[in-house]
Amino acid sequence: MAKFIVRRILWMFLVLVVVSVITFALMHAVPGGPFTLEKSLPAATLKQLNAKYNLDAPLHLQYLKYVSDIAIPVVTTGEQSKYLDHEYLFNISLPFGDKATLRWMNFGPSYKTPSRTVNDIFRDNLPVSMQLGAVGLLVTVTVGIPLGIISALRRNTLVDYAAMGAAVLGASVPVIILAPVLQYLLGVELKWLPVSGWGELKQVILPAFALGIADSALVARLTRASLLQVLNQDYIRTARAKGLRERRVVVVHALKNSLIPIVTVLGPMVAYLLTGTFVVETIFGIPGMGRFFVTSVSGRDYQVIMGTVLLFAIFLVVANTIVDIIYLWLDPRIRHE
Amino acid sequence: MATLSDKPERLKGIAQIQQPTRIRGRSLTSDAFRRLCRNRAAIIGAAIVIINILIALFAPSIAPTSFDQAALANSNATPPWVTKIFPGMKPREEGGYVKIDNSYLLGADKLGRDLLSRIVYGARISMAVAIVGPLISMIVGFIVGLVAGYKGGRTDNLLMRFVDIMYAFPTMLFIILVMAFFRAGFGQLEPGTLVHALSELDAAMGGLLFIFIGIGLTAWMGAARLVRGQVLSVRENEYVLAARALGAPTTRIILRHILPNITGPLIITETLGIPGYISYEAFLSFIGLGVNPPTPSWGGMIADGALVIQSYPNQALFPALALFLLMFAFNFLGDGLRDAFDPTLQGRE
Repeated sequence: MAKFIVRRILWMFLVLVVVSVITFALMHAVPGGPFTLEKSLPAATLKQLNAKYNLDAPLHLQYLKYVSDIAIPVVTTGEQSKYLDHEYLFNISLPFGDKATLRWMNFGPSYKTPSRTVNDIFRDNLPVSMQLGAVGLLVTVTVGIPLGIISALRRNTLVDYAAMGAAVLGASVPVIILAPVLQYLLGVELKWLPVSGWGELKQVILPAFALGIADSALVARLTRASLLQVLNQDYIRTARAKGLRERRVVVVHALKNSLIPIVTVLGPMVAYLLTGTFVVETIFGIPGMGRFFVTSVSGRDYQVIMGTVLLFAIFLVVANTIVDIIYLWLDPRIRHE
Repeated sequence: MATLSDKPERLKGIAQIQQPTRIRGRSLTSDAFRRLCRNRAAIIGAAIVIINILIALFAPSIAPTSFDQAALANSNATPPWVTKIFPGMKPREEGGYVKIDNSYLLGADKLGRDLLSRIVYGARISMAVAIVGPLISMIVGFIVGLVAGYKGGRTDNLLMRFVDIMYAFPTMLFIILVMAFFRAGFGQLEPGTLVHALSELDAAMGGLLFIFIGIGLTAWMGAARLVRGQVLSVRENEYVLAARALGAPTTRIILRHILPNITGPLIITETLGIPGYISYEAFLSFIGLGVNPPTPSWGGMIADGALVIQSYPNQALFPALALFLLMFAFNFLGDGLRDAFDPTLQGRE
């Protein structure tokens, strides 16, 4: 068990390193830099800007500096530096010395908006995306799993056909369609919910459904398939032969085992729902992380590109590791391998 | 996949004794095809796909006008029936804001371009992606999976770990980075070089080439895993051993004995993956990294229409309907194919 977790964590770090190297190489391979503007800057200014942000150093040194700023914690004493280059995500006061503080994870300043750091973006926009994503995930799970269970239990009845028809329908509607349609039907025509915006509880509902419905269709289909497979197993027949009630057979014996494939797909879903999605946030005018994934690339805002990619990758590897640990709990056989 | 029809000489004796008529064997494929034809949803799906292919092929003769013929005077013009189904759109004659024009069947966009014509031409982009996307993914995934599964050992380990890492990479982000790399970088190079030729070709294809490459770089991993798994299980079979014992060269073993066994599952997964490729392209056009304007793409039209959804809902909803129908059709067809080739799965997924 301990060996398993250690191996998983090492793998996590390897993935993060490779992802960051590929992203770093790819974004520097794109011609132009953050200071390539429509009206070009004077050569001297450009040189100073590049020097200030360490962009004139060899690429591998830039990469090493970037990674060490994030990964290596530092202890500072005295007043906090007012420079944005010394702004850390985690600041933990230590009980000794002159205002000694443990600082960790400096994602650097944004080149495009020099008054903000990538940490600022995380602080302001990530919570919005995470709230929206969490509600979207709730929609996915609370719509998808019960729908799948019902159609598995009522297999080949009208209920099943209706539910699975709805699931194919849901899976065929990409979010770039669903979002405008929901907005038009419920916002413009029926005026039940606000068309866009963020801040009120009412404003979460439409975008959360737009986010969650397609995934819930996938989850419903998976739940049905996996529950049907489990219900055919011998131990379920044993449970029924013991005279257990059907409800107990399904809830206690079948459901837990049928959750494995669902948990597998939920891992990556959690990662991309919580880190923000460009389309939903753009259409509904939500100030989340999503747009930075796109605008940072087109603006060559290197620090923001790296920050958002790493943020997503961290969410993804952590979610996948949690999924692997949940496997151990769901299926004891995996524990003994 | 040995079938009755493959060995007529062995059956001849039996057939003559039991039945005077010739026994006609049924191959697995024709069996699957019969099952597919019985599946009504899959047939509807296939019909919609075929209609879309025809529309894409004959777009110039179907579309009322060309896709880029702008008429600023008819900006956002709408035919009367559209204003009736969208009650919010009041014609100017009734004190509203909508300019009525009967010459547009579905309405015009803000540049006065005919929506119907743009939707018809947009089918070309979606169908191209629906055909080329799985093809690239299959070819790349096939080669990687075959090498990994057949060579085994260190090669296998290395390739599969690489696939694992690519899985951890945020696909959308990777594709955005790659597209930005191609779009921004390839325009600025001197003529005569390969990259310049590539970007010329891309421009000639309306921006499709880079979309294909982007999909190719990101979508092969699933196919590679599938092929590797299949190869691993197939190559242990006795007939492969027999072929090797008879001295068949590796290429022959791969082409004659392994390939036929893995094409079925591969085709099914790729068909089920097509809606994914179509929505990739739609997403890329939505964020402005897709096909070059004025080439119409349903994703790009939805993006433009979403901006004016409160006043002109038809501009987003009609292309959305087209995109939805095509994805729906491919989903049905893929489900039907899977059920047809693997009857044990019937009604499971």
